Amino acid sequence: MVNLFHIRASVVLALAALGISSCQSNTATLPIYGQREPVEKIVDGKTITDTLYHTIPAFKFLNQDSIYITDKNYDNKVYIANFFFTHCPSICPTMNRNLLKVYEQYKDSDQVYFLSHSIDFKYDQPHVLKEYAHKLGVSNDHWNFVTGSKADIYGIANQYLVYTAEDKNAPGGYDHQGYLVLIDKQKRIRGAYDGTNDEQVAKLQKELAILLQEK
Amino acid sequence: MTKIYFLAILVSIYFLSAMSSCQSGEDIKTAQYAVNGQKIYINHCKNCHGEKGEGLGLLYPPLTDVDFLTKNRERLSCIIRNGLNEEITVAGKTFHTIMPANETLTDIDIAYVLTYITTNFGKQDKIFSLEEVQQDLINCK
Repeated sequence: MVNLFHIRASVVLALAALGISSCQSNTATLPIYGQREPVEKIVDGKTITDTLYHTIPAFKFLNQDSIYITDKNYDNKVYIANFFFTHCPSICPTMNRNLLKVYEQYKDSDQVYFLSHSIDFKYDQPHVLKEYAHKLGVSNDHWNFVTGSKADIYGIANQYLVYTAEDKNAPGGYDHQGYLVLIDKQKRIRGAYDGTNDEQVAKLQKELAILLQEK
Repeated sequence: MTKIYFLAILVSIYFLSAMSSCQSGEDIKTAQYAVNGQKIYINHCKNCHGEKGEGLGLLYPPLTDVDFLTKNRERLSCIIRNGLNEEITVAGKTFHTIMPANETLTDIDIAYVLTYITTNFGKQDKIFSLEEVQQDLINCK
């Protein structure tokens, strides 16, 4: 495990170094997060080693219009994902207030989409999510607010590397992290930003622009 | 006669200065309440109502509507202590999101935070004294 961590740390460092050096030539790239493993492939008769990156797996959730949203909706699209619940009294208002800023910047563009998962699988039915989206100021279908079974939602949270849990001692009954997770066109995690921190949100806006430059 | 006249001027200067220093003492107290209130605001209110009291869409009302703050001044302590679950109109928009109760806030905390809100966002200069808050809390419905 330690070894694996070392390998990952050095890969991250190498990528960071790459980022710094490439910064000078104005072609910065974002790191790729999560577990990775080498795979051997045969290309043109030669065996080469490629890297298999962690990707967001297939999913299917009901959105605020009671339409099923799947991973297919995000094929070849950059999107930002987060986890919240509508009557969350703690970090969610600030997190979604900040995500709304990014949404307003990109809502008319086909380049960036938004996906908020409710972790309150009991209360946040589609009509509740619909009202929330409307009151927040979301005016088109580029930002989905989705609900699903507890296993599916909490399971996908793990895939986004975001901690979520039902906890009766937490404000509102659920405990979770306020990360805004940046996903690229190949469904790889390219950044995670604390949605309650203004500097982190500014960093997200900057790095999102970098990601959009990628082919 | 001149003496008496002179004395009268001195006495009135004394009273005038006493009045004005009393005023500035009150200003200092208001400022102290507002500073204490800011800390409470950040911990208990900012998430929903925003750093500048701007609210959020139609979810959470702004705290900058002077008209609402003035007309509902006597209710504000109760709203903070017990929360609110009714339709209200603020700054021309209708809101109906359940506001949670803040039972951990003491009477003086409420005086601090209301002084902060009304003097900073509501552009008023009158302090919410502890006595005013306690009187309003007795009358909570």
